Amino acid sequence: MAVVSRDNRGLRLAVRYLVLVLVAVVFMFPLVFMIVSSLKPTQQLLSDTASLRAFLPVGDISLDNYFAAFARAPVGLFVFNSMLITIITVSASIFLCSLAAFSFVYLNWRGSGLVLSIALATLIIPFETIAIPLLLFVSRLPWIGMNGIEIGWLNTYHVQIIPWIADALTIFLFVQYFKDLPGELVEAARAEGASWWQIYRKVVMPLSGPVLATAAILKSLKMYNEQYLWPLIVVQDEAHRPIMVGLGYFFQLDVAWGEVMAYLSVITVPVLVFYLVLQRAFIASIASTGVKG
Amino acid sequence: MASKLTTSNAAGWAFALPGFGLICLFIVVPFFLAFALSLTNQRLISPNPTEYVGFANYKSLLSLAVITLEPERDEDGEIVRDEDGTPEYPRVRTITRNPDFPEYRGMREWFRWHSGDNARVVVASDVVFMKALVNTLTFALVIAPGQGGLALLLALLINQRLRGINIFRTIYFMPVVVSIVVVSLLWRFIYDGNDGLLNNLLSGLTFGLFEPIDWLGRTDTALGSIIAMSIWQAVGFHMVIWLAGLQTISPTLYEVAQIEGASKWQTFRYVTWPGLRNTAVLVLIVITMQAFALFAQIDVMTNGGPLDSTQTLVFQAVERGYGKQDISGGSTISVVLFLIVLTISLVQRYLTRERS
Repeated sequence: MAVVSRDNRGLRLAVRYLVLVLVAVVFMFPLVFMIVSSLKPTQQLLSDTASLRAFLPVGDISLDNYFAAFARAPVGLFVFNSMLITIITVSASIFLCSLAAFSFVYLNWRGSGLVLSIALATLIIPFETIAIPLLLFVSRLPWIGMNGIEIGWLNTYHVQIIPWIADALTIFLFVQYFKDLPGELVEAARAEGASWWQIYRKVVMPLSGPVLATAAILKSLKMYNEQYLWPLIVVQDEAHRPIMVGLGYFFQLDVAWGEVMAYLSVITVPVLVFYLVLQRAFIASIASTGVKG
Repeated sequence: MASKLTTSNAAGWAFALPGFGLICLFIVVPFFLAFALSLTNQRLISPNPTEYVGFANYKSLLSLAVITLEPERDEDGEIVRDEDGTPEYPRVRTITRNPDFPEYRGMREWFRWHSGDNARVVVASDVVFMKALVNTLTFALVIAPGQGGLALLLALLINQRLRGINIFRTIYFMPVVVSIVVVSLLWRFIYDGNDGLLNNLLSGLTFGLFEPIDWLGRTDTALGSIIAMSIWQAVGFHMVIWLAGLQTISPTLYEVAQIEGASKWQTFRYVTWPGLRNTAVLVLIVITMQAFALFAQIDVMTNGGPLDSTQTLVFQAVERGYGKQDISGGSTISVVLFLIVLTISLVQRYLTRERS
């Protein structure tokens, strides 16, 4: 039974690769189409869909769609907005969530178990179920700005940042990671008279590279890619609009598909490059949300 | 664990408070606010004071009734039939607008079926909500096993020892790092009825026999198309989670299975699958929760159409709470949605619990 001739084995190997390649084509073709199409005039883009030319950079290739997209909409501003919101939220999230997790794991304070349970219980609340009451809530919150105290957070950067800083998943990731660190290091530092803040900064954080990467990657994807529903309902002015909502610009009277593809490429290709460079860290970060859960 | 050298109440609170405070303010408060607002007539901006209305919002959302219609009869008592021989029935609105039946007031027909000569009509106070509810449940019911299962297949495929396998893993995961908003727009083009890639591909494969379909414009294909696209985008995420689960299974178990002469299926059934139990629970719950949050795809691709065939709960909550500034109506749908998500994850947890 177990005897497999050499030819047979070669054939089976070929079949395996064939399956792998076919599946890869399924996952690749829309993205290839997007990037290739962004280089073609809309007219050619539409006629090319009838053949495999749709996936090849052939014909009248240029960057014209990109110039047109930047002329039609303030693309640069939208990209800047999304970057700003992402960078501030991710940094603040990592700092505050790791600090809280540090407290839950190392500092033995009354009620810490209960507080952690409450924080983690919010994992069960999908954002979509609190978006509408949160809209009302932030529309009534005060803010101290340039002109003194203002009521209402709508149409600002901070309405897109502050509610997203703390989340249960990030705290959970840090808690899991800190629990696996050798506790003796912290105890030794404590015995030598180091303050908790020093221990956090000088002992625990320098050992936390992997979890920092995980938290940063997951949160960045969330802030850059997935911010759609919330900015849609809290930001109406152009000045604070992020990239995903900025897409609306391209669906006014006539849909210029070439420009749409250019815009999609502008906002997607940087993430794809980032992913390809750091793909091990990306995949490890997703995996780490699962294994210990 | 770790340092119990001293109890540090002050430091403990100080370190935990910023993060925990933000969670309370922006997750816990709005969560309870949703329940409270659903019992009022709160609007985003209104000159009138907010009033407590009890369960009126739930009543106008969830009320259902079945009305039996008897066919019209002529003077001889014969059933009036149209040209096809189908009995004719009085219009539903003769009942829902009849002052003799105040309990049906304002309700509209959702669907009907026939029993004997009578027609039974299900009327609902909020037909669009009912359609959104059914669509959302359908979406979740299809996508949870569909995406979870496909992700497992991909994980098994990618778990082989083959040269270059990492390249394939990288490619399969790629759509996960692309925004669902971008993906939805891209697929709007792929699904297009005229120049769509999918129609061209299918007609090429069948040598022109395939009739082009307006995938997103037909009530019988729109939701299915959105399901397929959503799986395409997210399946790599769960593939990686399954893969992590697969790699926690001890290789010794596989060696034993091989020595015992187990077939591939037996190895999967008795070694792999039991080792993936916890992963399975996690994957199922995560996909289900994401499924109930379905919004961006709908907003970008169909706006709930055609004929409400892709309405979803979140889309309706946003349309009312934000579009119509009806905060209480949007909150009511949010509460219903949350209760469904909670129930389902509790049931899933119960069904997949460890049996001792």
